[in-house]
Amino acid sequence: MRMRPPRYRVHRRAIWYWTVRAAPGWLVLLAAQLVALAVGWGWLRQWWVLTVPVTVVLAAAHLLVMPQWRYRVHRWEVTPEAVYTQAGWFNQERRVAPVSRIQTVDTDRGPFEQLFRLTNVTVTTASAAGPLRIDGLDRDDALRLVDQLTADTQAERGDAT
Amino acid sequence: MTADGQAAPRADDVPEWRRLSTRMLLVHPVQALLQFLPALIGLLIAGTTSGTGPLYGLLGAAAAVAIGVLRWLTTSYRISPEQVQVRRGVLSRRVVSVPRDRIRTVDVSAPALHRVLGLARVTVGTGLSDRSTNDGLRLDALSAPAAAELRDELLHRRPGRASGTTGEPAPAAGTELARLSPRWIGYGPFTLSGLVTVGVVAAFLSRLVNEFHVDPTRYGATRELADRVLHTSVPLLVGEVVVGLVVLAAIASTAGYVLAFWGFRLTRTPGGTLHVTRGLITTRAITLEERRLRGVEVSEPLLLRAVHGARCIAIATGLRVGRGAERGGSLLLPSAPRAEVRRVAVAVLRRAEPIEVPLTRHGRAARRRRYTRALVPCALLVVAAAVLWVVVGLPGWVPVASLALLVGAVLVAADRYRSLGHALVDGTLVTGRGSLVRRRCALPTDGIIGWNLHRSFFQRRAGLVTLTATTAGGEQAYRVQDVPAGTATALADAALPGLLTPFLVPADDGK
Repeated sequence: MRMRPPRYRVHRRAIWYWTVRAAPGWLVLLAAQLVALAVGWGWLRQWWVLTVPVTVVLAAAHLLVMPQWRYRVHRWEVTPEAVYTQAGWFNQERRVAPVSRIQTVDTDRGPFEQLFRLTNVTVTTASAAGPLRIDGLDRDDALRLVDQLTADTQAERGDAT
Repeated sequence: MTADGQAAPRADDVPEWRRLSTRMLLVHPVQALLQFLPALIGLLIAGTTSGTGPLYGLLGAAAAVAIGVLRWLTTSYRISPEQVQVRRGVLSRRVVSVPRDRIRTVDVSAPALHRVLGLARVTVGTGLSDRSTNDGLRLDALSAPAAAELRDELLHRRPGRASGTTGEPAPAAGTELARLSPRWIGYGPFTLSGLVTVGVVAAFLSRLVNEFHVDPTRYGATRELADRVLHTSVPLLVGEVVVGLVVLAAIASTAGYVLAFWGFRLTRTPGGTLHVTRGLITTRAITLEERRLRGVEVSEPLLLRAVHGARCIAIATGLRVGRGAERGGSLLLPSAPRAEVRRVAVAVLRRAEPIEVPLTRHGRAARRRRYTRALVPCALLVVAAAVLWVVVGLPGWVPVASLALLVGAVLVAADRYRSLGHALVDGTLVTGRGSLVRRRCALPTDGIIGWNLHRSFFQRRAGLVTLTATTAGGEQAYRVQDVPAGTATALADAALPGLLTPFLVPADDGK
């Protein structure tokens, strides 16, 4: 037997969300180099001329490949008994937790998420190692999911450790 | 009041607030003085030059004593059938309440001064205080019998009784699982805990020399030493220093072992708790509820393994792990013969197979991965050394010497593969890994609350998975590293039957 991937993909807008979220880091790196180039530390000039194109190429590759790759990997599924998620791109991780062991169900919307009308759902258990995160759900889907999980977990008793 | 004749909580629902032991009125001033000692010395030195030293010193000491008395006056606690409350604070009053069913451990310790006065400090452990230094539920201190009684009351859910109390912290009745044998002290030098002590002392001495401009060459004994140091060849000197450090570390480790673990006893009480007492000068008694126990870890650091020693650690919710584990409550047996450690682990776990069973190996792909992961970084270092030798003119022996890294890497990789394995026996998941510290963790499956299956890019190519069992206790995550994907699925499915069933498909189903 083998494990199949979870059934549902996240929303397509998540591709843009991941792109926009990763861009600032590259922009800062690039800007620092351009400033250094403009200030013109003479003896380093040839060095910057080399690194700026390399940075641009790496950034472009990362921003094009990573979101598409993530969209293919990120998946989720919720049954009455279990929550199952798959995330990552270069390194990937699948997480399964029984609904009976769920401690909290959180949603969060940062500025980037708001921009694309997306919501992240985080399901935590009593273990610090096991939060299950579903990135980039459509806002309405996320609310439905949270409602369902809250209803399912309320049926359980005990402190779930 | 809990001084000597402890008042029995009345039968009605709201128990009265209880005070700490009146003898703390003696301890607090002394402790406060000790805390203020550096400041006092500073005051004294600074003051002496201006002529008002004694006055400042006195003021500082008086303030310290006043704070101690205030602390005693403002701290009180009470125990109702539902919760434990501690009320404290001089300027901002604070009441900490903890539901009694969230109490996981009770730790009774007595430093030297407390022991002289027959006092003991009670620290109540909840899951929340795992990693913070929050001392909200520390009662410093009660009289020793009152502390022992409080512990029983909290953990066994019995109402407190004003029974005739003995003078000693009551040694809990129950079956003894282990007791320190003086021969185990021989394992002390191999724990390496003394290295830190030696480092601290060395740093302290060098600062002393610097600050007070002590010139070591001015005194007979040290001058002789300095002369010898200055006139010996470098390799010999390095050798001497290393030998000296090793000897010092060994002595310090042994002393540390004796101080911490003298009189070590592990008992199981009929009330369903494990009870550890230990310590030469500062005595500690740690009580852990067995229903909070999620498993047992047998760990063998490399040095200890070389002399067939090991340690046993509890995997429990609400206990400190990692570096603090020695001082925290999770140690079930200090460095001791491996056979003894296994016996204790079996006794605590109440099942033998998880500790004894040979582990299932993870196969050739996992073995190859051990070698690549150990060799690649070392090979990069060797290449870097060679490049530096060519470009910058690093001495020629550096790249040659760095080849030794490769030999070390091969040895570590081989040993890491030998440790790697897993088993599922008797309703218990067993994981084994590590070389510098080899660990075998046994987790009864009812304590597992989820699975993480991690596959890095290279693991996917090799068809391997790192299966992580998450739990609420200990390190929170226990890994079965680099196991073939099919085995991982089968293992996870067998350990928690039904959880994965909706997500399983036959292996030959495309993709």
